[in-house]
Amino acid sequence: MLNKVLFITMMGIALLFASNTVDASPVDTFEFKDEVTKVRFQALSKELRCPKCQNQNLADSNSPIAADLRRELYELLQQGKADSEVVDFMVDRYGEFVLYRPRFSNVTYILWFGPALLILIGVIVVIVILRKKPASKEGLALSTKQQVKLKQLLADNAEQSTGSSTVLEQKEKE
Amino acid sequence: MNKIIRFLPLILVIALGVVLYRGLSLNPQDMPSALVGKTMPVFSLTTLTDANKTVTKADLTGDIVLLNVWATWCPTCKYEHPYLLDIANNAQLQPYVKLYGLNYKDDRMAAMHWLTKYKDPYQFSIFDEEGTLGLDLGVFGAPETFVIDHHGVIRKRFAGAIDTRVWRKEFEPLIKQLISEKQQGQ
Repeated sequence: MLNKVLFITMMGIALLFASNTVDASPVDTFEFKDEVTKVRFQALSKELRCPKCQNQNLADSNSPIAADLRRELYELLQQGKADSEVVDFMVDRYGEFVLYRPRFSNVTYILWFGPALLILIGVIVVIVILRKKPASKEGLALSTKQQVKLKQLLADNAEQSTGSSTVLEQKEKE
Repeated sequence: MNKIIRFLPLILVIALGVVLYRGLSLNPQDMPSALVGKTMPVFSLTTLTDANKTVTKADLTGDIVLLNVWATWCPTCKYEHPYLLDIANNAQLQPYVKLYGLNYKDDRMAAMHWLTKYKDPYQFSIFDEEGTLGLDLGVFGAPETFVIDHHGVIRKRFAGAIDTRVWRKEFEPLIKQLISEKQQGQ
């Protein structure tokens, strides 16, 4: 019970911090023509990458070029351009690089399918290893000499238990 | 066969190490421009020195053009400036290559003052206060230099300062090629 409470409290704190980082990103005073445009703006500015500060998206970055591109994005959306047109506009100028979600092309197939391929290889390796195990047990099989000894031991054990006396009692008798 | 498989993880780790080590020495800012091979974008802006004089794409075409993006707020541009003067004054290049400036998101007075103080290597500078032409060119900082051939096609984009070493390595071969292309009338 206590654990559960603790967990929920921690999650709450984590969420609080998460929402704080969102608040910390640069604030623009754009006024959107409708709510849908606003949502599209937020989605696109998270998916487009800042060309200067390369590990941030447009929404995160404080650099002047990111501010310019946000303004451009805002204007394109206000003009009623479709998402695909906006993305084309950016790619025409800054290259495929600006897309955090790259498009399918000969160059990006490895990005899209590489991880799946690696997992597949991993699964195959695991299956191969698991299949091999029973086979390796055959090497551990007892030799005839060992088998004879084992039979003898088992037989001894059976005799003792039929005599309905424990090992301890027998030792006492001796 | 079994021996090879036993060493496979080690080989993979070493290969990965080599790849990652190489990645350390790559310059992430060194990106191919999306505009290489495309024609110079259309624009209509004033020149830096004359707010009433409008220049367009047509003013740049015909020669082999070096378009240098610069600004007074950019310290690297100051480093680059003497090398640009050298290029502008190079007697071998002068008949073929014209150097133009793109004054990017700058203050007109400050920029004019800069050019009187450090001398002006440019035929003229385009004054792009809002960064609109910069945006169409995919500029994300200064200095950047574009090489545009005599048909108005962008052939190269270089982000960073030009100095003697960069000029020899990055620009000279392309400029020579473009001069010979132009002479052959291609």
